Amino acid sequence: MPTIILNGDPYAIDGDLRLVSLLERLNTRQGRIAVEINLEIVPKGNYPATIIKPGDNVEIINFVGGG
Amino acid sequence: MKDASEIKDASEVKDTFDLGGKSFKSRLIVGTGKYKDFAETRAAVEESGAEIVTVAVRRVNITDRGKENLLDYLDPKRYQILPNTAGCFTAEEAIRTCRLAREVGVGDLVKLEVIGDNQTLFPDVVATIEAARVLVKEGFKVMPYITDDPVTCLRLQEIGCVAVMPLAAPIGSGLGIRNPFNLAIIIEQAKVPVIVDAGVGTASDAAEAMELGCDGVLMNTAIAGAKDPIAMARAMKLAVEAGRLAYRAGRIERKLYATASSPLTGLIG
Repeated sequence: MPTIILNGDPYAIDGDLRLVSLLERLNTRQGRIAVEINLEIVPKGNYPATIIKPGDNVEIINFVGGG
Repeated sequence: MKDASEIKDASEVKDTFDLGGKSFKSRLIVGTGKYKDFAETRAAVEESGAEIVTVAVRRVNITDRGKENLLDYLDPKRYQILPNTAGCFTAEEAIRTCRLAREVGVGDLVKLEVIGDNQTLFPDVVATIEAARVLVKEGFKVMPYITDDPVTCLRLQEIGCVAVMPLAAPIGSGLGIRNPFNLAIIIEQAKVPVIVDAGVGTASDAAEAMELGCDGVLMNTAIAGAKDPIAMARAMKLAVEAGRLAYRAGRIERKLYATASSPLTGLIG
């Protein structure tokens, strides 16, 4: 099964995956997160056109409590 | 007879400070870490009167899909969100964290901290300067957490940081202001706001920082770690206001000997 690295861990995907589908699957809201694929930030406007491919390294971050 | 209300005092004059082009009334900046839950975080932030809150940048929890988000409790329209680079030990990590934070969409104000040592959490001065240089060029409004060293603070200003944030004492130590004389020099030389960041333990520490003439105080543990965080949030709000007003009012000089408060003439006998 093809996988990507999602936030440091292997994550199985069926094949090429739309970024918006992944975000939906993870129940994240676009206004709360930022995405990096293979160390490149994905601007919000590019989300609809972004395709994640097997082997990609995907980071999705949000804000948590901190000082 | 003159009425008391005719005398205008410093407390009636508008006293705001500017940070990266925005004006703020509250001089207390609070962190959002170490609280029991988001509801307590929000209650403490509200009670503190803070308009700027710091947050950390971390990976989204993939396994817990129902997890609430901090921003659901702290509306970015109401609060200026100040993402930090806590946990970064290199300039590269800090720069990457800031770029990601900005992409969330809450503005380009960032609290830059590059830690040099895990035990003291003192900043890596060289790496902080290096990261600040890159971030300022990329349009970030950088607020660096830094050692209470006047020369380093000057360098960070020259680079274009919108504030300097010297520490009072190690993060979370509650030791209070360890070097008021260095802070006084930093404040005197600064052309940008000076925010004392880290080390405050209780209200008097916050008041002392403000009495020295700082523009603001940033704290997290002193509030979140108190037995009653909500009450401490209010205490800190009052202390920052009191300290600021005392600074503006202009304290008396310290003297070795007494000066009578009552007239020395007209004594009986």
